[in-house]
Order: sequence, then structure tokens, then C-alpha cells
Amino acid sequence: MIAKGRNASELFPAVVKNVASKNIEIKKLVYVYLMRYAEEQQDLALLSISTFQRALKDPNQLIRASALRVLSSIRVPIIVPIMMLAIKEASSDLSPYVRKNAAHAIQKLLDPEQKEMLIEVIEKLLKDRSTLVAGSVVMAFEEVCPDRIDLIHKNYRKLCNLLVDVEEWGQVVIIHMLTRYARTQFVSPWKDDEMVEEYSENNFYESDDEKKEKDRKVKNTYTMDPDHRLLLRNTKPLLQSRNAAVVMAVAQLYWHLAPKSEAGIVSKSLVRLLRSNREVQYIVLQNIATMSIQRKGMFEPYLKSFYVRSTDPTMIKTLKLEILTNLANEANISTLLREFQTYVKSQDKQFAAATIQAIGRCATNITEVTDTCLNGLVCLLSNRDEIVVAESVVVIKKLLQTQPAHHGEIIKHMAKLLDNITVPVARASILWLIGEYCERVPKIAPDVLRKTAKSFINEDDLVKLQILNLGAKLYLTNSKQTKLLTQYVLNLGKYDQSYDIRDRTRFIRQLIVPNEKSGALSKYAKKIFLAQKPAPLLESPFKDRDHFQLGTLSHTLNSRATGYLELSDWPEVAPDPSVRNVDVAESAKEWTGILGKMKKEKTEKFYSESEEEEDESASASASGRKNLQNLFFIAESESSSESEEEDEEGNSDESSGSSSSTEESSDSESDNKASTTKKTSRAADESDAENIKQNEKRTSEKRSASSSSDTESVSSEEGSSDSKSDSDSKSDSESGKSKSAASNKKEEKAVQDRKAPNKDVFLLDLDDFCPVTTPVVVPTAAVLSPSLTADLEGLSLSSSSVIDVTKPVSVPTKTHELLHRMSGKGLAAHYHFSRQPGIFGDRMVSVQVTIKNTTDQKIENIHIEEKKLPSGMRMHEFTPIECLEPAGSITVSMGIDFCDSTQMASFQLCTKDDRFNVNIQPPVGELLLPVTMSEKDFKKEQGMLTGMNETSATIAVAPQNSTRLVIIERVMKAANLGVVPSGQDNIHRFAAKTVHSGSLMLVTVELKENSTAQLVINTEKTVIGSVLLRELKPVLSQG
Amino acid sequence: RHKIFFVAVIQSEVPPLFVIEFLHRVVDTFQDYFGVCSEVMIKDNVVVVYEVLEEMLDNGFPLATESNILKELIKPPTILRTVVNTITGSTNVGDQLPTGQLSVVPWRRTGVKYTNNEAYFDVVEEIDAIIDKSGSTITAEIQGVIDACVKLTGMPDLTLSFMNPRLLDDVSFHPCVRFKRWESERILSFIPPDGNFRLLSYHVSAQNLVAIPVYVKHNISFRDSSSLGRFEITVGPKQTMGKTIEGVMVTSQMPKGVLNMTLTPSQGTHVFDPVTKLLSWDVGKINPQKLPSLKGSVSLQAGTSKPDENPTINLQFKIQQLAISGLKVNRLDMYGEKYKPFKGIKYMTKAGKFQVRT
Repeated sequence: MIAKGRNASELFPAVVKNVASKNIEIKKLVYVYLMRYAEEQQDLALLSISTFQRALKDPNQLIRASALRVLSSIRVPIIVPIMMLAIKEASSDLSPYVRKNAAHAIQKLLDPEQKEMLIEVIEKLLKDRSTLVAGSVVMAFEEVCPDRIDLIHKNYRKLCNLLVDVEEWGQVVIIHMLTRYARTQFVSPWKDDEMVEEYSENNFYESDDEKKEKDRKVKNTYTMDPDHRLLLRNTKPLLQSRNAAVVMAVAQLYWHLAPKSEAGIVSKSLVRLLRSNREVQYIVLQNIATMSIQRKGMFEPYLKSFYVRSTDPTMIKTLKLEILTNLANEANISTLLREFQTYVKSQDKQFAAATIQAIGRCATNITEVTDTCLNGLVCLLSNRDEIVVAESVVVIKKLLQTQPAHHGEIIKHMAKLLDNITVPVARASILWLIGEYCERVPKIAPDVLRKTAKSFINEDDLVKLQILNLGAKLYLTNSKQTKLLTQYVLNLGKYDQSYDIRDRTRFIRQLIVPNEKSGALSKYAKKIFLAQKPAPLLESPFKDRDHFQLGTLSHTLNSRATGYLELSDWPEVAPDPSVRNVDVAESAKEWTGILGKMKKEKTEKFYSESEEEEDESASASASGRKNLQNLFFIAESESSSESEEEDEEGNSDESSGSSSSTEESSDSESDNKASTTKKTSRAADESDAENIKQNEKRTSEKRSASSSSDTESVSSEEGSSDSKSDSDSKSDSESGKSKSAASNKKEEKAVQDRKAPNKDVFLLDLDDFCPVTTPVVVPTAAVLSPSLTADLEGLSLSSSSVIDVTKPVSVPTKTHELLHRMSGKGLAAHYHFSRQPGIFGDRMVSVQVTIKNTTDQKIENIHIEEKKLPSGMRMHEFTPIECLEPAGSITVSMGIDFCDSTQMASFQLCTKDDRFNVNIQPPVGELLLPVTMSEKDFKKEQGMLTGMNETSATIAVAPQNSTRLVIIERVMKAANLGVVPSGQDNIHRFAAKTVHSGSLMLVTVELKENSTAQLVINTEKTVIGSVLLRELKPVLSQG
Repeated sequence: RHKIFFVAVIQSEVPPLFVIEFLHRVVDTFQDYFGVCSEVMIKDNVVVVYEVLEEMLDNGFPLATESNILKELIKPPTILRTVVNTITGSTNVGDQLPTGQLSVVPWRRTGVKYTNNEAYFDVVEEIDAIIDKSGSTITAEIQGVIDACVKLTGMPDLTLSFMNPRLLDDVSFHPCVRFKRWESERILSFIPPDGNFRLLSYHVSAQNLVAIPVYVKHNISFRDSSSLGRFEITVGPKQTMGKTIEGVMVTSQMPKGVLNMTLTPSQGTHVFDPVTKLLSWDVGKINPQKLPSLKGSVSLQAGTSKPDENPTINLQFKIQQLAISGLKVNRLDMYGEKYKPFKGIKYMTKAGKFQVRT
């Protein structure tokens, strides 16, 4: 009955009696009924209260919870104290479910008098450790006292750490709250970014954060607060949530809080959301649109995801278009324009019109293509559809205004069109154009005026005004021919129905028609009318949206919704971070006090363990691990604020290290260590700790050769001063197109489990973006293995040998010529080996072919034909390139299975009318895929590959090649090998497997006295082994 | 969804996705409960709908949305139960505690028992692609999901590993998946909810080339003068790795000017709806020896000029036993329980938003 919307309140007494019913279903329905009608029948509702009070004491948590829920939903002022009492009681209930409901009840009870007490309850609940409660209580917090930030301080870290486990709805709320919190509590990372940019001129090779460290030293400006970092790190996994709202919330958090270089990671997830229902799509697209205006780079790689499908609803089409336009830049404009061409033909005319506007915007933003766009638009003028034509006229008008130089032709063309076009806006635009540039088209202009004067009466107001304008302008420039016409038009205008037009007519008449009264003004008439008009800026409608917080309702509506809380600006000075330092012992006690759960006790234990810096037994259970994780974060932040504390962990050798000319303070070191090294061994045997080493190494990339040599010298210096150090900086001058410093920053982590009597070594995951990325020097653990995992990989090693194919280290890639431009009639092609695991098949080596058009004509239909491959070899062609613009170049990737031989792959590269024989011959080093393995495994494998399978040579090594760094770099350059951690300083080991057959390839370089070295290669594929040996020899012996 | 509008009213600032996501969840729950989500169904089950909503939402904040827990609170109606209920007068509402709320794993209820312990995983991949006039691919992406149907007794802890996890570019998980394990080892480790659920959905990076398994040859032309146009479509397989393409369905939205179409298919049936101008052609299986084609003429409205754009063709198809991205599940292990479950994995490739521009 309620469902039908009828008023059922007269039945109230009868229904209320049922409240005591034992039947739960009836009870529930009565609850529903009560919530609806209690307000109207307050006295009667009171009857039921006692039942609820009894229910609140029920042993079943469910009944307690629902009673509380209904009780708080009864909006009867008299019972507020009772409710208050109930909430208080429930907030210390044993069951988290009831506590959760208590948190919900708080919002319902919102009443100014009770506020103080409610805040107390909230404070209490905020301290709760249960993930169930966290979401609800933050919700209540937002409702009741969003400005009481001080309540959050103590719970900030806990919330951050719990975040992953909170249910999804709670996550959304918490993230939003934390965003606001962080905005008030931390200093902006952005200011620094700008500074960093200046800095990076000299310091390419250093990572962002390092610079921040340095900045702090030098200018005393900014370091990212560890708590801030903690928040960013803990929210990152949530990007993979299945709930779109959570992903969006994290995205906005990153957008508003993360340094610019890091915000990019959200784009991938947002693009993923585009797959879901259209409502979600709509909102996500809106947000992307806003983001893409400010930071184009973020979404550029995903350009194609925004291509429009004909089945999309119009609103989504236009949004996608908007984003495409925002993303347009010099590099992608040609593809975009081609795409736009298709859109223009769309059946959805509204969308077609929007496309034209988009083209216009692209044209103004990117000057190179303005002419192309203009030509394209002019072509569109002959389109049969009126709306399209009209829209293009308007856009052309705007475009012409921006560069009025020499477009007389177009204007003439448009003047001709005037006869056919009926859409008023377009007509008005044409008239305006003619008027504006009437001097350039002296013959046509008066003619146009004549025509329009004839049809003046039937025109739209907008057009009439423009006719008047045109008349006035012509009168001034060419009064002989047009005087009569203008006067005729003015007369018509005088008796027009629209007052606007009458006014305008009068105004113009006074201005231009010379009579006795016209004084000073008419002299300036010409100036007034023919003044240079500034070109209008074509802007995105999303420009002004960025002042709203992303992902909020206000943002979607582009207007302020009630309850919208403005994000505050970054504070100038960070408030005291110590407020967040929870008194650990106390709170730990409290947690256990409240919950008395195993889990929590464990947490406490872990905590104390790390506090006391001992290796204690750790349970290998997953939950234990999770706790450990949380704990570890706390420990980290703790240590970074207290700096020195972390020099523990068994391998407490002093961590010395500085990466570059500027010294790092020891506190940054310990910070680093804290964040990266952590271990637990299960057995209580303390000495085990000695056996487990882990090390961490980063490769910071460099772009310029100069900077690369810079670091090399630095690190070799280091190497000589501290002979055991094995910090490594890998130079990479190849990746010139690297996007941002942070994404370039490759981290890697190697674990070695040497003797490890116990089998489980858990490595705590280390986040991609660690606050400090100084190459760490940990002297004893001579472990390193560069791998280019952009994602961080924490490996969990068991005793069994784990051999992973890792991604290769980027080294300066050698480009080989495939086709010279002279022999290819202007078509040039180069190839290089990208060293990525074959994307076309496991056994394929991927080859990047860059094709360049050096002619001044388009080359069409580039494809591969007539493959002449030795038996067994296979090739995955690239998709044919439809057309290559003059001076354009395109990079395609193809896969070739070389069958582990160095035979050439010959094929023909064909264009539309030519074909060229080309061939690709792989250097043997490219037929390998690097693998990581431990030294132990290496030795084991090596032991199996002796005798026939071993080839070796002794070579003289140039003196400058004798450091570890240089050797690794040189070997990596020559062949795609993975570095194996080595225990001895003079032996370097590399491992790889062949791409086709996957047989292992082990390379050992042992440095001897008097600058010679023993080079040993163990492999089943002896042929390749010997070829590789031959190739490696000069690499090492050369200076 | 399903021709019903679900509307939520909000009074103040709320993240809009939050609301939309919740509404979708509500519909999913209804579907879970009643099989379909239609107007009739909602009318029939008002009481249950009320109860469910009541549990899901409290004062505008979502409460319990996991269907496993909801089912424990409110038993889904079945015919059998309604019969029993009318006889015995008992209720649908669970009397016992929902233990799930207390357990560490909020998505799984305790005390699940099956006689046949089985776990099925369906790897379903969809290809989204735009193919242009000349047959070259403009964009192509693979989106995949792994749907699981797990009927296992007790609290099993499953791990699922892939042969080639690097293929997965962007993934989103069911909350049950342990994220850290994935980060470090690329292994899915989880305690599954009971029944059907979506374990993860993933995206295969657009950088990889996508092998398009189908090609469409088309020849659609309208002539300016006459009111007739030619229409011809042929569909054929390409790079299918020996699997047959099934369930092929071609739909195309004709321009407004089209009056009628007289077509003869070499295979399957076709329907043209003159009101919505929607042409759909149900092809069925593609036989590589004899390619299905649809030929005929289009009659246009007299007097109107020819439409300036050819219609786009949407394609649907299915390929069983093939994951087009090459993703393979390596193994599934179970810990925590003694028995040996029956495991099954099915692969399927479907066309998602597959469009051919003509």
C-alpha cells in the first residue's frame, strides 16, 4: 500500500502493535512502515519505542542493528535523548556490524544541540579498527562535522592503511575525505614540479624525488611529507577496483594531490572505465575532458580509446570529440583529422556539427594544420546537408578572423554560397565576413548587398543586423556604388518590427550619413566600423570546470550543488606533521582492548617487533603478511620523521652512499632503507638474518650523453672509494621520447636467497614511487640485477629455483639500416631490436621498423611481400601502412622468429608502385631474452652445461673497462642479457635464454690480474655461444 | 536497464558515480534474486524488493551490497519455498545470524556445503574494433573478463596462475583477490565468494596487435539518379587459429531515406525493419569453403537525395575455445580444504563493439 503511494497512516495503531511480532518478516515490514509514518503519529510511535529498546539488548547482532536503525529513523524529537543513549551504547558494541549501524545513526540524529555529543561518538568510532566501521564513520564525520579536521589527525595513518580493506562504498567516502584533508595538511607538490623542470636541465639522470631531496637541502623548500606519500601509495591499488566510483575517487585524489609526474597512472584505469555502462562513461568522460585540458600528456597514449563509435549516444560522442580535440597536438593531428573526416559524414547531424567545431578548434590551436583544416572545411561547404554547411561557415569565419591574410578566394566562394544557405547564423557569418574584408573583394561586396537588400524583409533578425553592418561598412569604403543601396536598407530597417534593428538603423544612420549635426563622431565612423577585430579564441567549454573538485556532482552539473565543499588551496607551510603521530603503544592497547581479536594482537606483536628491531618469527599466513604490510608502512613513516632510527634489520652495515655531487643527508638514506628493505625470517634463529640479503637498486635514466658520462664518473668514483659497493646507474640515452621523469624511473629489486636455511622469505612490496630513489649502496650484499620492470615486482622466492624472464634493460639501441633512401626512391627504413618480449608469439624477436618518407609525395600502401625465409623461420608482418605523408615517419613493429640462427630474413618492402628487396640480419645478442636467476641457480645451471657446451676465451681488457659498471653496460649493449647477482666482485654473470628454443645462455666474465679476463659461455646452442663469444670479445677489449 | 529507469534522488553533493554504481548494483542484485529484472517482476515481489532495498541502503548510504550476504539475510524466493511457505506459514527471512558480516571474508558465507565440489572459470574476451572502409583496423582492443562459478565446500583458498600474465595490461579485480600477490607474483590468490561472480576483468594493451578474426567485404552504393542502390556484404574468417566462428550476426542502421530492401542471403535469415531502418542478418556459423553473403538492392524514398554516408555495419560473433589475446590459465590450486575439486576452464572470444565503416 505504501508502495502505491497511498496514505496508510490511519492504520498506524494496528500496525504498530505488530512490532513485537516474532516473525522477522513482519517485523521488517513494520519497520519500513514506521520509518515512513512515525513523524505524523508521534504519540503512537512512542508506543513502539520500548520494543526497540528491548531489541537493542537482543543477543542477535542483527536485531540489535536493525532496531537501532529504525529507532534512529523515527524522526520524533522527543526521543532524541533515547536515541543518543542508544547510539552511545551501540558504538561500543562488540559486533562491528552494530557499530557500523551506530555510525549511520549518527547522521540521522543530526541536531545542533546534540552535536557535541555526536562528535564525541564519532571520535570514538574513528579510533575503531574494524574495516566495516571505517567507511560509515567517515560518512558520519562528513555529515556532522566536516570541518573538525583535528579529529582525523590521529587516525590518518590508520585510515590510509585500512583503506584497501574497507568495503567499496566506504572507500569512496574516505578517499574524498582524505583528499580534503591532504589539501589542508600538506604542501603542494606542484610548485616544486615547476622548479624541478628548471632543474632538470642539468640533472636529467636524477629522479624527481631525489631532486626534491636536494631542493630541500639547497633551497629548503619541499619534501613530500611521508604521510602524504603513504596516502598516495595506499590508494594506488584501489585503481583496480571493480567499482567505478572508487576508481574515480582515486583518480581525483591523484589529480588533486599527486605530483604532476605521478598523476599519469590514473589515466589507464579511467580509460578502462569507458567500457562500462553509458552513464558511467558519460561522467568519466566529463572528468577526462577536464583533465585533458590541463595535462594533455596524461591521456595521449590512449587517444584511440576515445574514437567514436556510431552506436554511442550523442552525448558521449560529443564528449569524446571534446577530449580528442583537447588531446590534439602536432604529432597526432593528421590521424585525428582523418578520423574527424569520418565523423563529419555521420548521420547524426548534431554530432557532425560538433565535429566541425572541433576541427576549427584544432586548427586554431595548432597553427601548422590551419590551412589543411581550412581547405577541408571549404570542401565541406559543398556538402548537401545544411547544418553541416552552416556550421562550417561559422567555423571558417572564425578561422579567417585569426589569419585574415589572403583568403579572398574563400570569401568569394562563400559569397556565392550565400544564395543557397538558409541557416541564419551561417548567412550572418558570411555577411559579416564580406563586410569585414570588403576591401579585398571590392567587386562582390556591393553585389551581395544588392541581393540581400532585396530579400531584407524576409531575413532573420540576425541576418538583418549583419546586412545593416555590411551596408554601413560598404558605405564607408565604397560610397559611390553603394550609397543608394545602403540608404534603402536603412530605410527598411527603420520600419522593422524588431526594436533592436530599428535602434541599430538609427545608430548607423547618425554615424555614417553626413548631415549638418554629425560632428566629431562621423569622422571616426570609419575607424569604428573597420577597426581590427581581435580574433575570437575557440575554447573548450570545459575550461572553466576545473575549479570544481573532479568527480563530484558539482563538476558534472558545472554548478554548485548544495553541500559542495570547496577544496582548499595548498597551505603555504605544512602544519605540524607530528599531530598524526599516534602514540603507538597506547593505541595498540586500545585496539586490542576494543576488539580482543587475534589479528589485532598479532599486529601489536609485529609492531613491537619492528620497534625493537629484531627478527622474530613471522607467520607466513596471508593475513599475517597483510598486517606486516600495514605495520611496515607505519614503521616507515615513523622512521622517516625520526630519521636515524632505521639502521637495523640485521644487515646493519652502515649505509653509505651518495649518488651524485650533492650529498644526501643520512636521513634520506634511512628513509630509503626503511621503505625498501625489510625482511622477516620465520625461524627464530637470529643468525639466519645474515644469510638473507636483499638489495635494491635503481636505474635512473638519462637522456643526454653528457649527463650519462657524468653519472658514470660519479659512480665509478664511488666504486673505487668503496670497493664493495655495487650501486649501479644505468645510462639510457635512447629514450628521448620518455614521457616524464617519474615514469622513466625504473626500479628494480633483486632478491637473493643464498643459503637460506628456511624457505620463506617474504619481501614486502615496494611501491613504484618511493620517496627517495638514491642508488643505495649496501656494501656486503653484492647483489644486483637490473630489470626494467615498470611495475615493481616483489619476488617471493622459495628454495626452488625461480627463473623468470624479465624485461630487458634499455640500452642505447643500435639502429640498422633496412633501406637507404637513395635506393628506396625516397623511402627510407631503419630497424632496431626493441628487446621487448615478442608480442606476436613467444618465439618471435620483435623488431621495430621506422619507415620514413623523404620524398615530397605521399607513399601509399607500404607492406611486406615475398618473404624469403630460411626453413623454420617465421615472420609476423606489420599491418600495411595505408599512406605516409611527405617527411612523415612511422614506426611499426614486427616479429621475426629467427630460429636461433643468424640467418637473414629477406623480404620485399612494397609500396603502391615499387618494391625493394631488403633483409634483416640479427646480431646474435638480440636472439636472447634476459632472465633473472640467483647466483646459486646460475652455478647449478652452469654445472650442467660444461664440456661440449662450454666455450671460453681469454681476452685483454682495456683498463677503463675493468669496473663493474662499465662491463655490465658494455655487455648489455652488445647482447640482450640479464645480470645475475654475483658474490665476487671480479666475476660478472649474465643469463639469458634464446628466443626460439628457450635454451639457457650463461655468460661469465671473470676479471683477472694484469687486465685480462676470462670469458666463459655455457649453452646448449654451441653455435650461438661461439658467435656470441666472438662478438663479446671486442666489446670488452676495446677502449 | 531492461527498459526500466532506476532513479535515485539526492539532496546534496555526492559523487555521481557513487550513485550510478549503486543503482547498477541494485539491479544486479534484483537479477540475482529473481532471474530477470522487469516491471512485472518488481511488482510481483514488492515485499522482497522492499526488504532488499532496506538492507542495501540506510539513510542514503549503502550498507550491504554483496549478494552473498544479502541472500543470507533475505532468502531469495523460489517456487518451492513459496509453496512450502503457504503451507507451513514460515517466512523467507533468515532467522540466524549472518555470520559473513563477522568473518574475515565479508563476501563469503560460512558453512557452505556441496556434494560436488566444482569450480568453473570462463575466460571471455571481447574485441572492440573499428575497421575502416578499406579494411584496415583503426582501433582494436581486447577486453576480457574471467567469470567464475565456484561451488566449493568450506573456506577454500584458490590460486590461479596464468601462462602469460604479462599480456594483462590493466586489470580490475573482485575485492576478494589479494592485490599484493598479484603485484609481486602475477598470481591470483583469493577466497572465492560462493556462486557466480566476476573474478577479474582485464584489458589487453592496445600496443599489441590484435588479430581480427573476421573480415567483411562490402559493396554498398546508392546512385544519385535512381531510387535504387546496390547492397552486398560478405563475411569471412581470417586468423581464427582453426576454430569456427559461430553466432555471426550482422546489423546495420540504414539511413533514413531507405524505404525497403530486397536481399537474398546465401545463408541464414535477414530482417529489415522499415520503421527503425535496422537491417539484421543472422548468419550463424561461417563455413570457410562457402562464405556467406547477402546481396540485393535497396530502394530509396523517391525524391530525396542519396544519403551522404554509407551505414556502418556492426558485427557480432563468437568463437568457442579460443582466447584471442592468447591468454591461458596455467593452473588452479586450492589450499585450505581437503577434498579435490573438479575444475574447468572455458575460453570464448566474442565481438564487443565491432564496427565496420563503409
